[in-house]
Amino acid sequence: MEIPVMVGAGLVVIGVGLGIGRIGGSAMDAIARQPESYGKIQTAMLIAAALIEGIGFAALFAVS
Amino acid sequence: MQRKLSLKASLLFIFLIPFMSMAGGDTPKTDKKSEIKAYIQHHLQDSYDFSLFSYTTEDGSHKYVGAPLPVILWDNGLVVFASSKFHHGETVAEVDGNFYKLYHNKIYKTDALGTINYDDHQHPTNLKPLDLSITKGVVMILITALLMFFLFRGLARSYAQNKGIATGTGRFFEPIVLYIRDDIAIPNIGQKKHMRYMPFLLTVFFFVWFLNIFGLTPLGVNVTGNIAVTTALAIMTFLITNFTGTKDYWKHIFDPLGDSMPWYGKVPLYIILIPIEVLGVFIKPFSLLIRLYANMQAGHIVLMSLIGLMFIFKSWLGSPLSFGLAFAISLIEILVALLQAYIFTMLSALYFGFASEEHDHHDEAHAH
Repeated sequence: MEIPVMVGAGLVVIGVGLGIGRIGGSAMDAIARQPESYGKIQTAMLIAAALIEGIGFAALFAVS
Repeated sequence: MQRKLSLKASLLFIFLIPFMSMAGGDTPKTDKKSEIKAYIQHHLQDSYDFSLFSYTTEDGSHKYVGAPLPVILWDNGLVVFASSKFHHGETVAEVDGNFYKLYHNKIYKTDALGTINYDDHQHPTNLKPLDLSITKGVVMILITALLMFFLFRGLARSYAQNKGIATGTGRFFEPIVLYIRDDIAIPNIGQKKHMRYMPFLLTVFFFVWFLNIFGLTPLGVNVTGNIAVTTALAIMTFLITNFTGTKDYWKHIFDPLGDSMPWYGKVPLYIILIPIEVLGVFIKPFSLLIRLYANMQAGHIVLMSLIGLMFIFKSWLGSPLSFGLAFAISLIEILVALLQAYIFTMLSALYFGFASEEHDHHDEAHAH
């Protein structure tokens, strides 16, 4: 059975959404525990989110 | 009770309105849809003239407001003419006995009638001369370069004249420059080597930021949403990363395990590890270029689609809805414009940090 490329891209985007959600949630937890290192946590969060987001865009790019 | 009922009725009425306007006239609506789609497609592409807007006059002809730009082609010699000769793709441009035609935003060499020949896959088989034209995007890049040159020359001069205190617009840009140095370059690259990379990091940050912001103005340019531009930026990061790479950087790629394992243990691992590391060298800049391109492209598509809603709904409800949504997305896009510039700079700094890292082998041996 052949799965359409669109479905694959959709699955990738679901994964990306879950991943970025987890990063955001964990960052919130970390900031709640250590509000003084807010800046460092935010930077690390943005980098990780950007790296994952790139994969989502690559998937969308592959179908378009 | 009376008031509640009337509220309900009016709410129902509001929800019904879009459907009412949808029900009336099916065929013009699909035309409108494809027209909007074509318009967005046109906006996302680079163009040979700087047209701000166009309108249809009463006698049915299109009128464009804007300026033509020079078209520069290499076709057995330099060919230069103004893009007004194309008349927005409607006519064939004749230069010294050669004929050129715009077809799907690309220039093809044709005969006097502008015939385009196709192969089996509907691709034109006409000759395509080497295109070095000053397009809308190139004009915008040049304007940004000039703007940055004068802004930061002014900032540098104000330090010299004013005993180390910035004046004018420099007061706005000084903290940003310091932020890039203290919070992006130094933590990622290190105190010792960061000054070597600062010129590139600052340039790329302000270049991407300014162009992102210009993309949101009614000028209708989409430079950072052009994959050629982001590719060029990513290639610069790639070249700088690899040409400033230290011995340890290359050792990490081709001999990641080092002395911690005898050679016969390394061989089966390295068959898998080295290709992955080498691929990583190329994937890093590739993800940079895709991220910036896709983010800006997606932002423009969403924004223009929301504005296009106004013309699809064709009722008094459509305009405020489309305006409200487009306004909210515009605010988010201003944030995204800054965020993408920041991410590009940040990740470039991170890669430069990997490349210029020097392990202190003495300490490492003790740690293991």
